[in-house]
Amino acid sequence: MPEILKRAKPLAVNPLKGSQPIGAALAFLGLRQAIPMLHGSQGCTAFGKVFLVRHFREPIPLQTTAMDQVSSIMSADENVIEGLRVLCEKSRPEIIGLPTTGLSETQGCDMLRLVREFRHRHPEFSTTAVVPVNTPDYNGCLESGFALAVEAIIDTLLAADPVPAPAEGVRRQLNVLASSMLTPGDIEAIKEWIEAFGLQPVVLPDLGDSLDGHLIDQESTPLTLGGTSRAAIATLGRAVATVVIGRSLHQAADLLQARSGVPDFRFDHLLGLDACDAFTVTLAEISGQPVPPAIERQRAQLQDAMVDTHFMTGSLRIGIAADPDLLVGLGQFLAGVGGEVVAAVASTRAEVLADLPAACVCIGDLEDLERAARAQRAQIIVANSHAAPSAQRLQVPLLRAGFPQYDWVGGYARTWVGYRGARQALFDIANLFLGNHHDIPVHRSIYRVGDDGDAPPRAPSDAGLVHH
Amino acid sequence: MKTAEIAELLNEPACAHNRNEKSGCARTKPGATAGGCSFDGAQIALLPIADVAHIVHGPIGCAGASWDNRGARSSGPALYRIGMTTDLTEQDVIMGRGEKRLFLAIKQAIDDYAPKAVFLYATCVPALIGDDIEAVARAASARWGVPVLPVDCAGFYGTKNLGNRIAGEAMFKYVIGTREPAPVAASAHRQGIRVHDVNLIGEYNIAGEFWHVAPLFDELGLRILCTLSGDARFHEVQTMHRAQVSMVVCAKALLNVARKLESDFGVPFFEGSFYGITDTSQAFRDFARLLGDDDLAARTEAMIAREERSVRAALEPWRSRLAGKRVLLYTGGVKSWSVVSALQDLGMTVVATGTKKSTEEDKARIREIMGEATKMITDGSPQALLQAYRDHQADILIAGGRNLYTALKARIPFLDINQEREFGYAGYGGMLELVRQLALTLESPVWQKVRAPAPWHATPAAGDALAVAGAPDA
Repeated sequence: MPEILKRAKPLAVNPLKGSQPIGAALAFLGLRQAIPMLHGSQGCTAFGKVFLVRHFREPIPLQTTAMDQVSSIMSADENVIEGLRVLCEKSRPEIIGLPTTGLSETQGCDMLRLVREFRHRHPEFSTTAVVPVNTPDYNGCLESGFALAVEAIIDTLLAADPVPAPAEGVRRQLNVLASSMLTPGDIEAIKEWIEAFGLQPVVLPDLGDSLDGHLIDQESTPLTLGGTSRAAIATLGRAVATVVIGRSLHQAADLLQARSGVPDFRFDHLLGLDACDAFTVTLAEISGQPVPPAIERQRAQLQDAMVDTHFMTGSLRIGIAADPDLLVGLGQFLAGVGGEVVAAVASTRAEVLADLPAACVCIGDLEDLERAARAQRAQIIVANSHAAPSAQRLQVPLLRAGFPQYDWVGGYARTWVGYRGARQALFDIANLFLGNHHDIPVHRSIYRVGDDGDAPPRAPSDAGLVHH
Repeated sequence: MKTAEIAELLNEPACAHNRNEKSGCARTKPGATAGGCSFDGAQIALLPIADVAHIVHGPIGCAGASWDNRGARSSGPALYRIGMTTDLTEQDVIMGRGEKRLFLAIKQAIDDYAPKAVFLYATCVPALIGDDIEAVARAASARWGVPVLPVDCAGFYGTKNLGNRIAGEAMFKYVIGTREPAPVAASAHRQGIRVHDVNLIGEYNIAGEFWHVAPLFDELGLRILCTLSGDARFHEVQTMHRAQVSMVVCAKALLNVARKLESDFGVPFFEGSFYGITDTSQAFRDFARLLGDDDLAARTEAMIAREERSVRAALEPWRSRLAGKRVLLYTGGVKSWSVVSALQDLGMTVVATGTKKSTEEDKARIREIMGEATKMITDGSPQALLQAYRDHQADILIAGGRNLYTALKARIPFLDINQEREFGYAGYGGMLELVRQLALTLESPVWQKVRAPAPWHATPAAGDALAVAGAPDA
């Protein structure tokens, strides 16, 4: 168990953390015909929107209650009611997500009462579901905001009454609770994985369906263009089982289990051979089907890649900075192929950090990562795009993971999970290492004679040479 | 910040938005508001000052999603790209520890990064719990001997535009006029060239685009005392009051700085732009005119003639490719007509332009440049923009990054002209980058491929109205 180093600096330098309201907004973006509205000043939303737009390279529906000076001092209750009314009137969403921010939480707001009041005053909009969630940005991080929103979605949209049993012939449903560490590419891979066992996945929230980046026939839409539908959420109680991916979702999973009575299976992540095996075994057990040959083949391919790349990943000194779920997932994956996590930074504290294979983990920022990586002579950095200048100063390669990835096309689409995802990650890490290989400095003996004495040394890492 | 102070900033007398009954900056509407807050505006305006430690005092929401995300470039120090925030915790908020944390945070920044100054940006939460950042700034300045100054820009004060003005006001109140400019270096003196000191206000050196123009200033003997704030240094901002002329570049946001420099220090100013050949030349002529130096005027005309000749020759091969193309321009505000001029220089037709943020004066100017028939769009929603695009049979949408994915999702060519863009379009040299980017998107083979239906679909499905007739590209 690593030693957890608490934040010791008054100033966060090169922040790693994304805020809870953005995490909550992201979770709501995984619901169909939905739009999140942050209860705060317009800047909370504008920053969140730019953050998500640049990461996903997609239009992001996101609104604000637009608290101004008067409402920040007197009361912003009317802003919430008015904002909900305007959204309903304009675009008739199925779901409005309503995360709070540091501003509205400092002022003090009772979101449940406000939603009740909205219902009372505007019965004409009763078809639109409203999901409030308390996500002040002075607590937690993107991951915890996301998890709180998932919990609120279950709490608000899943009725306590048992759902009628499925009709004959309906394929067996498997619920998936998906943490913020999973990319749209990951969600797609998880769905295929589950379908390979003849099960029907319902993913909550389904970013793989809403933010995967696909052109649609409509030219524009004010709401999400995919995601988990309300009807699908209502069926969660009908499933044969729930798989929960990410420790951050345990509280949400507890609620889902209590509410639906569906048994669940919990995984901290799906990165690397061991985690993939555990997931595959569970799917085989739930479905009662043998592991399909295609998956056996993918597993064998991953094993081959592990063997091929172990020269580069073995003893590789790695620095990682991420939200807790992703940090632990990456750490276990890379330790599992011989890497050493020599510098680890988490954006916030979380129970899962106890399972990180490292001597210590710092609750901090990218300055902490840079310092630890320098002190520990890390050879590669895994973090978000903000770490690019750090990696440059350290003269080590950066593998981009987490939020945000604004200087990298397709980061959102990358698949990390599954046998194929792990294989590609190993290839990429190995290539980054090879590209940054440091040759042994040339020694020119004092006794050597010849006419190349003044010639510049050959450029290191000549193309075509294989460095092992 | 007091309501009266905000009202005064909103009531910028030099801003044409305030000349009729409509107030300068409209109030925001819950559920239907786009755009940044005052903190956003203040930070954008000042962040490019490269040797300053910019500390955002607030919880993570404010700095976490906004640090180091602008394209402003520095020719030297990179301190401005280091994100700094007090990252307030719940305990800080409840126990009122914000001020203490901020005070120690300033020390940490000074110890670790040796900034020339420290700027403190107040945000909503500390404003609400009553942190006195002005007092903290004063105490920290006295204690550590580095200028520390407060920018009181809580997001809920209002819009981004108000934030720009708050930033300008802070510079005027605490920085400008606190140092005399150094004499011109002996090595920079040239025979027969008298050096004039000038300011640029509201130029951010996005993607380094000002470096297209900067050599011409050197050539003419125009010493830029300070650019507020692209590639600026703290000590340069301190000397702005000694300029002979200020140019307000392309934005009304920092007009308050120009106006106060004029009223308090007698520095005249003019508004101009470096977008397009015509406007770039006009800007240099305006400098010569306001400086009243005949020799400068003559050299300016010679330089303009030379540069225009050279850039027009370089643009010639592109002209036939771009001439006649129809542009829908949605920028809002004053930028509209400066970009129009650049596009007209290329023989393109601007069929409609956004005027949501424009004043009556801007609109009159647009009519003057583009003709009475010009369609002005006030509704900037994605649906309205796409409708206008179809109605006017435009070939390309030119707008800010906010509309980038509106255009791409609708499968139409797009050019980004806002702060986050990666290419510089300013000056004569910038025109060449502009044409390259325009041609690149207009002529891209991808449009036809993404508009055509899949071969196994009998009838076109996607983007009907915009689809190019004919069989899909094989």
